[in-house]
Amino acid sequence: MSGAGGPRPGAEGLSDAASIASRVRSGELRAADVAEQVLGDVESRDAELHCFNLVTGEAMRAAAAEVDRLVATGADPGPLAGVPVALKDNLCTKGVPTTCSSRMLEGWSPPYDATVVRRLVAAGALVVGKTNLDEFAMGSSTENSAFGPTRNPWDTGRVPGGSSGGSAAAVAAGFAALALGSDTGGSIRQPAALCGVVGIKPTYGLVSRYGLVAFASSLDQVGPFATTVADAALLLETIAGHDEMDSTSLGGPVPRLTEALRSGVDGLRVGVVRDFLADASADCVAAVRNGADVLSRAGASVEDVALPELLHGLSAYYLIAPAEASSNLARYDGVRYGLRVDGEDVEQMNARTRAAGFGPEVRRRIMLGTYVLSAGYYDAYYAQAQRVRTLVARAFARAYEHVDVLLAPTAPSVAFPLGAKTEDPLEMYLADLFTIPSNLAGHPAMSVPFALDGQGLPVGVQVLAPALGEVAMLRAGVALESGATPGARGPVRPGAVV
Amino acid sequence: MSGSPVAAAGDDRLAGWETVVGLEVHCELATATKLFCGCPNRFGAAPNTQVCPVCLGLPGSLPVLNRRAVELAVRVGRALHCTIRPSTFHRKNYFYPDMPKDFQISQYDEPIDVDGYLELPSGRRIGIERAHIEEDTGKTAHLGGGGRIHGADRSLVDYNRAGVPLVEIVSRPDMRGADEARAYVAELRAILVASGVSDGRMEEGSLRVDANVSVRPIGAERFGTRCEVKNLNSLRSLGRAVEHEAARQVALIETGERVVQQTRHWDEVEGRTSAMRSKEEANDYRYFPEPDLVPLAPDEAFVEAAAAGLPLMPADRRARLAALVPHEADGLLPASTADQVATTVDLGLDDLVVAAMACGADARLALARTANEAAQTPEAARRLDPQAFARLVELEASGSLSATQAKAVLAELLAGGGEPEEIARRLGYEALGSGALVDALDAVVAAHPAEWARYLAGEDKVAQLLTGQVMKATKGRANGKAVAAALAARRG
Repeated sequence: MSGAGGPRPGAEGLSDAASIASRVRSGELRAADVAEQVLGDVESRDAELHCFNLVTGEAMRAAAAEVDRLVATGADPGPLAGVPVALKDNLCTKGVPTTCSSRMLEGWSPPYDATVVRRLVAAGALVVGKTNLDEFAMGSSTENSAFGPTRNPWDTGRVPGGSSGGSAAAVAAGFAALALGSDTGGSIRQPAALCGVVGIKPTYGLVSRYGLVAFASSLDQVGPFATTVADAALLLETIAGHDEMDSTSLGGPVPRLTEALRSGVDGLRVGVVRDFLADASADCVAAVRNGADVLSRAGASVEDVALPELLHGLSAYYLIAPAEASSNLARYDGVRYGLRVDGEDVEQMNARTRAAGFGPEVRRRIMLGTYVLSAGYYDAYYAQAQRVRTLVARAFARAYEHVDVLLAPTAPSVAFPLGAKTEDPLEMYLADLFTIPSNLAGHPAMSVPFALDGQGLPVGVQVLAPALGEVAMLRAGVALESGATPGARGPVRPGAVV
Repeated sequence: MSGSPVAAAGDDRLAGWETVVGLEVHCELATATKLFCGCPNRFGAAPNTQVCPVCLGLPGSLPVLNRRAVELAVRVGRALHCTIRPSTFHRKNYFYPDMPKDFQISQYDEPIDVDGYLELPSGRRIGIERAHIEEDTGKTAHLGGGGRIHGADRSLVDYNRAGVPLVEIVSRPDMRGADEARAYVAELRAILVASGVSDGRMEEGSLRVDANVSVRPIGAERFGTRCEVKNLNSLRSLGRAVEHEAARQVALIETGERVVQQTRHWDEVEGRTSAMRSKEEANDYRYFPEPDLVPLAPDEAFVEAAAAGLPLMPADRRARLAALVPHEADGLLPASTADQVATTVDLGLDDLVVAAMACGADARLALARTANEAAQTPEAARRLDPQAFARLVELEASGSLSATQAKAVLAELLAGGGEPEEIARRLGYEALGSGALVDALDAVVAAHPAEWARYLAGEDKVAQLLTGQVMKATKGRANGKAVAAALAARRG
């Protein structure tokens, strides 16, 4: 392997979120000690990995002290008491810089917290800091960050995936037991797979988007990273639920996710998406097949399903997402906040600011999206892409008449070397081929760390479910987890990579 | 629509031409809060004090539709006889510093209100194509460079207005000339105020008008090429701008040139329109459905609840009032009466007239006193006791009071209320009812024996002189009709 080899976690490593919360709540473990361990670990090891754009140590210590105070007084410190959590740096944090890994927003601090951040803090979680991402969440390797790439803790010569690469790597490295990311076309699941952690893209509308800096509004969804399926379910349960600040947020009760974990998969009907297997590496295909066997042995029925329409999702996505992005990112014009580069008149100021503030991938997508929505092209591109989106949703609906969940590779390959795809945007776009359809349909999907390839790199298996099918998805996820190759998931232990 | 075209009267430049006008009126909705956030919708606060992450379009913020704004848009639709339909929001994308997100959330191909009309006091119906909900922009102040963005030294933006709810009401090109355009806006304003939708203050920008103007030879079927005129801040600007723009287009065509479709800016000081820079108008708005909002599908119960309590609209009130007044033999109202009806309704005094009639007042006289006299102080007139007003009208109708006297009593009633009979007595009018008038007449006959003799000989025109003398002797307190009657009675 290349790079500096496997990182060395703290002497004791970081245990899972449920254990930390349980021990902190009982008074057995002090939140302040958790904070110090994490901050020390990040201090010593993140210079190389660059998971974080910003570590909010003082705020973390203060939050830990408050949790310990509540525990001491017998008050409820919350279900995530003392659990270190990393936040993707496109989630607004009041008074704390939120950059989206862009020069455009460097130094800008929002005057408000994202709804998910408020819920996390209310649950007693300790925010470690803001994690690196592909600029404005556009990318699949975290190399499009204006502040430099994040390195994969399993092999620092490789990418962590993206766009939520900083969050995935932070959990894989043991810097946080939990992290939040955002998934527009696979930006949680693909880095989760490449970093050997669990990542969930929830049903569209299950989690509030208020305070998530928008990339493509009809596709964006906030979701959890964790080392275990149970932790991911716990975090999702904490952040899910209606928010009056988000009109697309769903009403109704949140599914009882953590209860689903004990249900098993007996009788669960599982379909393997046959059409995805031809475009995935042998290791990724083998993981899906072995995963199906694990589920079958645990009592699920398994069949192959043909869903050729899903492969058209990629092209539709690369019309719809840039179209929405071109509009969402118009506000970065130098007038109100963030970067301003002066000009002779307002148009020149706008143009110079945007040329200087956005990196090449963001500029590429804004131009693409602007073109797609232009008069005379709208029907041929945007409207056509929406029709494809409908076809994808119909294909899923057809499958879900016969199965409860679908199984597929999360990504076509394991983590690739830094720089391997930066020269070829189309090659990079293909990294999201298997994850995009769920975003187009608004469905939940998760990546479960399941196997190791011949180089010792993690391979994820993706579980897809229909809208609000999180319970079935998590049942399959737990079963996969229990049948996974030992050592296939983070935090990375010394010597795990050969 | 029906009705005969109205030639542009009094403007020789337009002789032989018909001016065609369609109007786009932006109306700020009188909600407590903005369209997509909880900030106050209030005019006149210190700059950038009525703002939040949402209306500033800060990264991560999302819009949530104001229910009250939808209710008011439903009321607009009802008041304008529109069909109220399920609708969607779109984004209208263009860069401008007063627009925080650099797109405006508006309704595009699926507006909430479609296919209505507005009836002018003239009786002509102007078609309403649509009315849709959208958010307002902030306000830019340009320092230097003539107050426009290009050439300005620097610009300041106040986002207090950003996100204020608007309905944009789009008429069909049914108006014919400046006067009708003004009448439309005045009527629309009255409707919006009556519906509780807007305060109607053009000077504060609550109501803003853009005019699409074209010309065609009188009798022609096809519309001419239109220009959109912006920056019309009053009814006066609207009238002047339409006349100017029509004349400009006619002059172009008559000299063999063509009208180019474009957006033009009205300069109130110069009294002319000028083309806006092509950059300011050559926009491809790249509309697409707003993904942060869900489709709006108000059910029948919502629509009925929103429209509940809508008062009679001005046109209905004019019809109600007109029906109570005697018509001519041809079934029409005399033009002067129709004007009185329009004025009375315009000032909200029709309820007074209707109530007075219910108390037995003469319809035509009650209307005339309302439209001509009470209308001078409409605030006071709206507080007038209809019964007292009805008795005053009857005193005049019966000849107990002269017109002049009745007007004087009405002025007192308006100023301080009270009973008309008592006021008339206080002013000395009642004393002339019988004895005082006879005494005055005796004195005049005695003082003018020659004239009296000519009158007795049948020279009727002398009556005028004698009446004048009686009026003089009574210092104008006598009722002229009563004096004439008394003279005639004495001659036998």
